[in-house]
Amino acid sequence: MATRENEPTSDGESAGGRPSPERPMVRFDSVTKAFGDNVVLDGLDFEVAAGEKLVIIGPSGSGKTTILRVLMTLERPDSGMIEVGGEHLYHEERGGKLVKASEKHVRRVRGKISMVFQHFFLFPHKTVLENITLGPVKALGVPKDEARERACKLLELVGMEGKHDQYPASLSGGQKQRVAIARALAMQPKVMLFDEVTSALDPELVGEVLGVLRDLALNTDMTMLLVTHEMGFAKEIGDRVVMFDNGRVVEEGPPRQMFSQPREARTRSFLDAVLDHE
Amino acid sequence: MLSTGQLQQLFSGAWITIQVTAYSAVIGTLIALVGGVASLSGSRLLRWFTRVYVEIFRGVSAIILLFWVYFTLPQLFGIFLTPLQAGMLALGTNMGAYGSEIARGAIQAIPKGQTEAAIAINLSPFHRLRHVVLPQAVVLMLPPFGNLLIEVMKASALVSLIDLSDLTERAQNLRTLRAATSLEIFTAVLVLYFLISASITLGVRALERRFGRGLDVGGGLGGAVK
Ligand SMILES: Nc1ncnc2c1ncn2[C@@H]1O[C@H](COP(=O)(O)OP(=O)(O)OP(=O)(O)O)[C@@H](O)[C@H]1O
Ligand SMILES: [Mg+2]
Repeated sequence: MATRENEPTSDGESAGGRPSPERPMVRFDSVTKAFGDNVVLDGLDFEVAAGEKLVIIGPSGSGKTTILRVLMTLERPDSGMIEVGGEHLYHEERGGKLVKASEKHVRRVRGKISMVFQHFFLFPHKTVLENITLGPVKALGVPKDEARERACKLLELVGMEGKHDQYPASLSGGQKQRVAIARALAMQPKVMLFDEVTSALDPELVGEVLGVLRDLALNTDMTMLLVTHEMGFAKEIGDRVVMFDNGRVVEEGPPRQMFSQPREARTRSFLDAVLDHE
Repeated sequence: MLSTGQLQQLFSGAWITIQVTAYSAVIGTLIALVGGVASLSGSRLLRWFTRVYVEIFRGVSAIILLFWVYFTLPQLFGIFLTPLQAGMLALGTNMGAYGSEIARGAIQAIPKGQTEAAIAINLSPFHRLRHVVLPQAVVLMLPPFGNLLIEVMKASALVSLIDLSDLTERAQNLRTLRAATSLEIFTAVLVLYFLISASITLGVRALERRFGRGLDVGGGLGGAVK
């Protein structure tokens, strides 16, 4: 995990909210996804630059989770294309033509991405350490000892050292979520997806998880897509904020501008409702 | 009182009963796991095949299956099985049909988030099943599997009909020889059957504890959903 030279969020360029001119790390190209008659993603186009911390906001049911799930291959888009790190996720080139990707291709490209869920989804039959080493050992082929060593370092990173042999059932929500973050990090992804990872936590446990996320956002060059309602946190770590509604981008911009002077009425009313709530 | 020799006969009968049960259990469990997974597979052909298998082998009574395997296979295909082989094949395939349904239900009961988390760490479909879904599903399968196994053990008395000297056959033998009173013989047999089924129950409990580590066994899968 490379460190961004202690240079806080002021990367001049990306502060403008536009991805850098080089190839984006994630690219959605007219992605459509419907559940029955309910069109959730409606020809969605958007890009995320390498290393960018993108905050996704929007009202309930606007399709935020679906964006992340489509990217994680938990949900297959109906049409459109997705690129990750310059490679198609659901398509591959064969004989000069772009065709539906094989399971093998999807798996290879998916290896660049990992995800943290709102409800943790730790493996309850495995200890904390086993939860973290399972992916590296079985999917990356890392030798067990090495995987264990790396898992220990990650547990330290998320402040969970000394809990290696506990089962998830004995952990608090905040602890579970920190283990889940370590489990995703163990896959050394280029892109990390966070879907409202503090929403299921008791209020007093939110801080410890946000602390871990803040460290990751400020000290790594991972590309991060975060769906969150924690606006203060979003302002602090986000390079860019995207407001979604009805499966389309309503508005986007740097956090300062988005939160203080949104252009769109819909963004304004959404922010009013959320900030009122806090 | 039963003489030592007579007791020994009953014990060796009990040993046959245990063997038939154990071998049937191995065959039945394998079929059940494969059948449970196949019935949920993406392949329509596999699903259809398991459906047909389950319906046929559940629908045919164990005794007809046993006679068919023992008396018909030699005529049809020239396959000659020993009584023990015929017994475990008939009872195993029968148990597998019921077990498939149990396994399918247990696999379906594992929250979807578990598979999704396994995809998020890029496990292959096989590894998802092997390391994430099945270990949790097995815990749910064990109690009904234990009941099923006891049914199989009881049904194993059928092998006495194809001249396998199991516990029931030995008891009948002693009775016809008038070697002891029916009361003595069948009380001893009853106790022996009970001991076997009690061991099965205890064994299944031990397995539940072994596989249930971290899981809230008895109260469902507490840790999985919370
Ligand atoms: N598997 C599914 N089957 C049917 N409809 C679905 C499914 N998943 C999501 N939807 C629908 O798609 C829409 C978008 O859902 P999504 O979960 O992406 O919204 P969201 O922005 O994450 O909302 P929230 O803030 O409540 O989490 C909703 O109307 C939801 O009911
Ligand atoms: Mg959501």
